[in-house]
Amino acid sequence: MPCCEGVFFLTGKDFKNAGAASSSLKGILEDIGIPAATIRRVAIAAFEAEMNTIIYSVAGMMNYVITPEMIKIRIQDMGPGIPDIDLAMKEGYSTAPDYIREMGFGSGMGLPNIKRNADALTVNSILGEGTTVEFIINLTPED
Amino acid sequence: MLLKDIRDLLDAVVLAREQDMGMEIERAYCADLMSDVLAFSISNSLLITGLTNTQVIRTAEVATIKAIVFIQNKRPDIQTISLADEKKIPLLVTNFSMFDTCGLLFEKGLRSCSDLEF
Repeated sequence: MPCCEGVFFLTGKDFKNAGAASSSLKGILEDIGIPAATIRRVAIAAFEAEMNTIIYSVAGMMNYVITPEMIKIRIQDMGPGIPDIDLAMKEGYSTAPDYIREMGFGSGMGLPNIKRNADALTVNSILGEGTTVEFIINLTPED
Repeated sequence: MLLKDIRDLLDAVVLAREQDMGMEIERAYCADLMSDVLAFSISNSLLITGLTNTQVIRTAEVATIKAIVFIQNKRPDIQTISLADEKKIPLLVTNFSMFDTCGLLFEKGLRSCSDLEF
């Protein structure tokens, strides 16, 4: 399998296109021939991170790197930052406004859902500057 | 259970992918919270929801949901229907409430995404 990488640019509050980057990433993984169960894990984690960027930040970018061993996704945003990452990792904790909840998000499952699907997850955040979420999903030799 | 049987049982209107009514559905998940769908649904299941925005289609796509039933006659806009068509996700709308929709489907043998046995 060839290695490949790329980037998608994300615009805050652009709910019309929210999820388009994760959808494109899913298509790339399908074209490469990654197994469906692995694609589902990557797509769900990427979608949650993409939605966080759309909801909370002005803009961001999603980088992906695919190697024979793993898929690595890094989402960097220009958002308000997360004051307490441990708290944000807890299921059900959310600071989302009501209009986001009415869209079906902001239930405090975003970061926990990423963690649930990833083999490794790191979250770095600086208040007033932004947040970087990076996760890895391992590929087995059979993949 | 075939999607066309679900359509008939729920007296549903098909909004997208009429040609896919022969699709087999074995499991269902219902929620208005898309993060719950991402966390707890399983591949190839039916989504029953009262939410009608484009994020429902995006969620269904990444969670590999096979088809969507909108309850209580809640209809998505044309952009949402177009996106579903593009992503090959059939959309149905029923007049039944979420509880009645789930009850009718359960009675006919459709089961949830959990491992619970009844």
